[in-house]
Amino acid sequence: MTAPVHLILDGDTRIIVTRSFTAPPALVFRAHTEPPLIRRWMIGPDGWSMPDCDCDPRPGGSFRFGWTNGSDTSFHATGEYLEVTPRRIVHIERMFLPDPTPDNHVDTRFAPHGTGTRMTMVMTLPSPEARAAVIASGMPDGLEDSYARLETILAKA
Amino acid sequence: MPHLDTAFAALSDPTRRAILARLALGEATVQDLARPFPISQPAISRHLKVLEDAGLIETRIEGTSRPRRLKPDAVEQLWDWLGQYRALWEARYARLDDVLADLQKEDSP
Repeated sequence: MTAPVHLILDGDTRIIVTRSFTAPPALVFRAHTEPPLIRRWMIGPDGWSMPDCDCDPRPGGSFRFGWTNGSDTSFHATGEYLEVTPRRIVHIERMFLPDPTPDNHVDTRFAPHGTGTRMTMVMTLPSPEARAAVIASGMPDGLEDSYARLETILAKA
Repeated sequence: MPHLDTAFAALSDPTRRAILARLALGEATVQDLARPFPISQPAISRHLKVLEDAGLIETRIEGTSRPRRLKPDAVEQLWDWLGQYRALWEARYARLDDVLADLQKEDSP
């Protein structure tokens, strides 16, 4: 049985994602900071893979993640770590589609919860428009399509 | 389609989500909508204005009555976008469960 993902829109610019894991915080932290582990899960939608996955998880360190659908579409994200401890990762990230999206400030906490972990990820965007763009990035048919469509929709509105 | 940014902002308030849930059952007047909430009718009217500006609801004029109703396509489309964003994280975290299960196997003697 898969634990539910809770998605909350908080205020005008925040997205809060919470999820429980049966594994302890130390392992959830490793899966967020070791590239061979990250590239196994931080992918999707289906059919996408993550050929680029480099990170230097310490304050001031940077990362670069790149995804492709194996044929015609790929994009990448870069970011910098502000704080990295076993219970908390704070980083800034942006996607290149190919133009950079506004910086997303992401605060991820791994709290012990029984023998497992309660993870809370708070994303703070610089504007309501940027938050709408992040939500649009979840469209399954490719991020570039999503952004193109979002621009069309915003232009019409 | 509503303004996405203002529409998502409109959805970020629990009272406004409750109002949308009520309107999903059918149109209602400000008085109807204010009844379940411990806040004033003017406060409800302000929430309704936010929802209307965001393109999520509309006002029907019937004599002196001004019932509000959902703009069904707009609300459905927004929930759909949010649902797809959540589905992206559900898929990722389901894969992360598998990664963590493997790590726990390695860790156990």
